[in-house]
Amino acid sequence: MKLPLTIKETQEGLKKGEYSLMELTAEYVKRINKEKDLNAFITVSEDSAYEAVKNSVSGPLSGVVVSHKDLFLTKGIRTTAASKVLESFVPEYSSTVVSRMEKAGAITIGKTNCDAWAHGASGENSDFGPSKNPWNKSYVPGGSSSGSAVAVSAGLSLVSTGTDTGGSIRQPASFCGVVGLKPTYGAVSRYGIVAMASSLDSPGVISLTVADAKAVFDVIKGEDGFDSTVKNSPPVKPKGKIKIGIPKEYFGGGLDPEVEKCVMEASRVFAKEGMEIVDISLPHTKYAIDVYYIIQPAEVASNLGRYDGIRYGGDRSAFGPEAVRRIMLGTYVLSAGYYDAYYLKAQKVRSRIIEDFNQAFRKVDLILAPVSPTPAFKLGEKSEDPVKMYLADILTAPANVSGIPGIALPFGFSKSHLPLGFQLLGPRYSEDTLFEAGEMFERATDYKPKLAI
Amino acid sequence: MTKLSKAEVLHVAQLAKIKLTDGEVEKYAKQLTGVVDFIGELSEVDTNGIEPTSQTTGLENINRPDNVKAEAILTQDQVLSGNDKTFNGYFKVDAILAERSDK
Repeated sequence: MKLPLTIKETQEGLKKGEYSLMELTAEYVKRINKEKDLNAFITVSEDSAYEAVKNSVSGPLSGVVVSHKDLFLTKGIRTTAASKVLESFVPEYSSTVVSRMEKAGAITIGKTNCDAWAHGASGENSDFGPSKNPWNKSYVPGGSSSGSAVAVSAGLSLVSTGTDTGGSIRQPASFCGVVGLKPTYGAVSRYGIVAMASSLDSPGVISLTVADAKAVFDVIKGEDGFDSTVKNSPPVKPKGKIKIGIPKEYFGGGLDPEVEKCVMEASRVFAKEGMEIVDISLPHTKYAIDVYYIIQPAEVASNLGRYDGIRYGGDRSAFGPEAVRRIMLGTYVLSAGYYDAYYLKAQKVRSRIIEDFNQAFRKVDLILAPVSPTPAFKLGEKSEDPVKMYLADILTAPANVSGIPGIALPFGFSKSHLPLGFQLLGPRYSEDTLFEAGEMFERATDYKPKLAI
Repeated sequence: MTKLSKAEVLHVAQLAKIKLTDGEVEKYAKQLTGVVDFIGELSEVDTNGIEPTSQTTGLENINRPDNVKAEAILTQDQVLSGNDKTFNGYFKVDAILAERSDK
């Protein structure tokens, strides 16, 4: 069976009777079983998927087979956060994102692997073993939404959900050559998602095309009455033609020349489409990673405080080494005598980073930048050195610290045949502009979605 | 350069209710020192007169009517379903008080 690669193609195939939804779902299950060595899934929920097919509802996501990062609660389907602490936890309710997608017709096929508690940039911190990059299995798929990016790029589900706290959707999407949307903080409800860092967590989507990311975003966004940071906001639109800024601080030392070349090539594509490209400066960029590695562990330490093994899950001895590292770091920066020097200081520098973006968005509508300093790296290459691994977030964390949306788009391959790409960032609630520019880019480059396997 | 002592690591672990082996104390002392050193770079940034940001939504004081939301309430059985250590509809926990030995 030839797998459909977009929502539109899927729905047309179903309408024409080329396959039934049952056959399509079974095909994904078959592919998941065949590609087990990618370790993309922690739990495959085929029985409940077939049950859902029998009772399928029609909606904008009819026929869409979706996998969810194992941080999203799924009623009746085990949810582990890729940690041994929650190894046998079966939720009694579903997250807003999951239930909205199911109500819109999507079929949940399983739960994807990730770094435990979403702590990591490679997938290697999963207590269930690392996922592998489907383009080259000796490389990492990125993280923390590792299995979600792998599932989409290997055709194990049509779309997948993820969470982006410091780059965890955009970076794995880029490493696996697929589209990754990190929405505005406050656009999508976090209700029913295992909390990592509450002021940064942005639930979003991974897909093969921009149109599909938009289709899912349109279903999952908006107030649900359960997460009071969510606001229905009208889309922020450019006044005229889209103007794109290139921040010089994102092109410093350490940026792989192939990545740089790819981003500059993308800027020429946008210029050719009639967009104005201007140089901009975001002077506090390099401090975003420091701010992130203070605020994030502080919020992690607080959120993971609830795991005491009394109400559900194992006790605190079941935390893996990275969770312990972040709990310890967060507890340290919040502890008496250090709070002002680290946590309060980080919150103030956070204001300066936001001000940088505000100033930039007075001049431009979108910002074009690399996603990660390098393409996918080898399994084991950074896992022994936390600081080295933390630096993988250096170009993605600024958007999280500022609460703005971003989309990672694939664009070509490196000499060693690993996916390359770039990200577009916009002001809060500018997702529609990101989609518009993304779709324009796909048309201009004659982009055709392609599976790794 | 800030260096975390083993005593500090043990203190932090105690605050976070994490038990560490001697080997782990040594490992985390070294690794956390590395991270704390790296984030210490922030002291270069001038933040005089800058207000801290704790969240980015711009929203404040979101209120709702104080009504019971039936769809957000789990039954007692559902709440207890995540743990085998229950008794008569309650969670079982270790005793936190000991019997007096001087009576």
